[in-house]
Amino acid sequence: MKVEQISVFVENKSGRLSEVTRVLGNAGVNIRALSIADSSDFGILRIIVNDNDKAVEVLKANDFTVSKTEVVAIEVPDSPGGLASILDILEREGLNVEYMYAFVERSSNNALIVFRFDENDRAIQVLTSNGITIVNGSNVYSL
Amino acid sequence: MIWNEEFETLPREALEALQLKRLQATVERVYVNVPFYKKKFDEQGVTPADIKSLSDLQKLPFTVKNDLRDNYPFGLFSVPMSRVVRVHGSSGTTGKPIVVGYTKRDIDTWAELMARTLTCAGIHRGDIVHNAYGYGLFTGGLGAHYGAEKIGASVIPISGGNTKRQITIMKDFAPTAITCTPSYLLHLADVAKDMGFDPAVDFNIRAGCFGAEPWSEKMRDQLEKIFNLDAVDIYGLTEVIGPGVSSGCLEAKSGLHVFEDHFIPEIIDPETGEVLPDGEKGELVFTSITKEAFPVIRYRTRDITSLNPTPCVCGRTFKRMERITGRSDDMLIIRGVNVFPSQIESVLMDIEGIEPHYQLIVDREGTLDTLEVRVEVNEKIFSDEVKQLESLERKVTNDIKETIGTTCRCKLVEPKSIPRSEGKAQRVIDKRSI
Repeated sequence: MKVEQISVFVENKSGRLSEVTRVLGNAGVNIRALSIADSSDFGILRIIVNDNDKAVEVLKANDFTVSKTEVVAIEVPDSPGGLASILDILEREGLNVEYMYAFVERSSNNALIVFRFDENDRAIQVLTSNGITIVNGSNVYSL
Repeated sequence: MIWNEEFETLPREALEALQLKRLQATVERVYVNVPFYKKKFDEQGVTPADIKSLSDLQKLPFTVKNDLRDNYPFGLFSVPMSRVVRVHGSSGTTGKPIVVGYTKRDIDTWAELMARTLTCAGIHRGDIVHNAYGYGLFTGGLGAHYGAEKIGASVIPISGGNTKRQITIMKDFAPTAITCTPSYLLHLADVAKDMGFDPAVDFNIRAGCFGAEPWSEKMRDQLEKIFNLDAVDIYGLTEVIGPGVSSGCLEAKSGLHVFEDHFIPEIIDPETGEVLPDGEKGELVFTSITKEAFPVIRYRTRDITSLNPTPCVCGRTFKRMERITGRSDDMLIIRGVNVFPSQIESVLMDIEGIEPHYQLIVDREGTLDTLEVRVEVNEKIFSDEVKQLESLERKVTNDIKETIGTTCRCKLVEPKSIPRSEGKAQRVIDKRSI
C-alpha cells in the first residue's frame, strides 16, 4: 500500500537542484511528484519517480547522498473541504503528519496527495476503514 | 619486537651517560664549524666547556625555523659539501623553503631509526611495504624506503598521488604494510570503495606507520577498522632528521618513544622558554646528538605535547611523547580561545555516523571571529526530515561548545564537496589572514 519516495540532500547553492534533475533526466528517469524542504543551508529534495532503483543508482554514482522513505499516497476529493475531511479523521485518531505534498496528476477524479506519517501503517489502516482510497506504489509510479 | 635491543632498552643511567657524551661532541662540533651557532653561543656567554651535565643543555640558545631560512640554503651545514651525500627540504608553503643535509653516516643513522620505527609497528623481513609517502625533497618517502630496505622488507616505492593506480597495486601486489599520512589512507579507503573494494577484505594490509600530520585516537580506531590493520603513530620533522624521531609501539599504542640515543627532547613553555617537568604539556624541542651534516641545537618544533617517562610494556626505556595535539602555529585563536583542529576532530568522531571529512572555516564578521565547521552528509546521518538534520547541526555545535568552549556554526555539505588530500589534509581555511 505504500509508495517509495527518494530523498536527496542538496546544498543551498545555485546549480545543485538543476544538477539533480539533469542526472535523472539523462538516465531517463521521470519525476512524478516532488517537494523541497529547506533550511538556510540545505534542502531535502523529496521525489517520486517512475524508476526508483535507477534513480538511486545514478544519484549515488554522482556523489549525492540519497535515502528511500515510505510514504502514503491518498486520493482526496477534488472539492472544497476534501483535504479537511481527511485531516479530520487523522486528528481524531491522533496521527501526526510529518509532511505532505500534492501530485500534479489526478487519480480518477480525485486529487492525489503524498503523506508521511509518524505511524504510516496505522494511518493506512485508519484511512481505509474510513473508506478513503490509498493508491498503490505501482499505480503511482506509472501515473 | 625491538630492532635494536641494546640501545632501545638501555637503562636510564647508561642512556644519560651516552647522551651527555654525544651532546658534548655535538656542541663542540657546531661551535667550531657553524658560524651561526658560534655567534649565538658567544652572545649567550656559553662555550662547549660549560656543558658538564645534561641539564646544562638549558644554557644553550634555541634555534627556530627562521634561523634555518636566514641561513638558506647551506649556511647551517656542519661539514663541507664534499661530505654531504644528500639534501632534503620542506616545500616552503609557509615561507622560504628550508634545506637540510646528510652525510653517509647520517643516512645510515636515519635508516636505523626508520628500521626501529617499522619494527615498532610490527613490520619486518618478509613484509611487502606500500610506501605512499612522497618521494623527493620531502623526507617521508626516502626515509621510510631506506628503513624498510634495512629491515629486509620488500618496498613498493609508489610515492603519493595517482590513487586509482595505488588501489590496483594494493590489490595485485598484496602489500602487507603501508606507510602514508593518515588522511591519505582515508582517501585510499574512499577511492577503493568507489572502485568496488572492501579494504578490510580485499586487501592484505595488516600494519601501517602513519604520521606527518596531527590525527586523533578516534581516527586510529576508524582506520584500523576500515582496513583491518594495526595503525602506529610515527613522528619526525625534516629539521631534525625526517620521520624516525619517535614512534608508537604495537604493544602499547600509547605515546611515541623518542629515540633518545640520537635526540634529546625537552618540553618548554612556548611563551617564556622555560623547561617544563615531565608530564606537563608544552612545546617540544629537540637537540640532535649524532647528526654530522645538519645538527640542530634546541630546535623549537612548534608541536605541542608532553613527555611520559614511565616504562612501557614493550620494553623500550625511551620516554614517550604524547600524540601531538596540535602545533603552536596550527593553533587557532578564535575569540581569544585556543582551538586545535584535532580537538574538533575528536568531537566529530564521537558523533555516531560522522566521517572524518570535515573542514574548518575561520572568518571575521566585523570585529568578531567566526568558526564554521563543515561536515559532509553521508547516508548514515542523512534523514529526509529537516528537523533531524537540524538537530544534528545543533549537536555538533553544542558538543564543540561544551568541550572546546567556542561557539561555532555547523554547516552540512554534500558528500565529496570537501577537497580530498593526496598528502597532508587542509583542514583549516583561515580567511582572516587574507
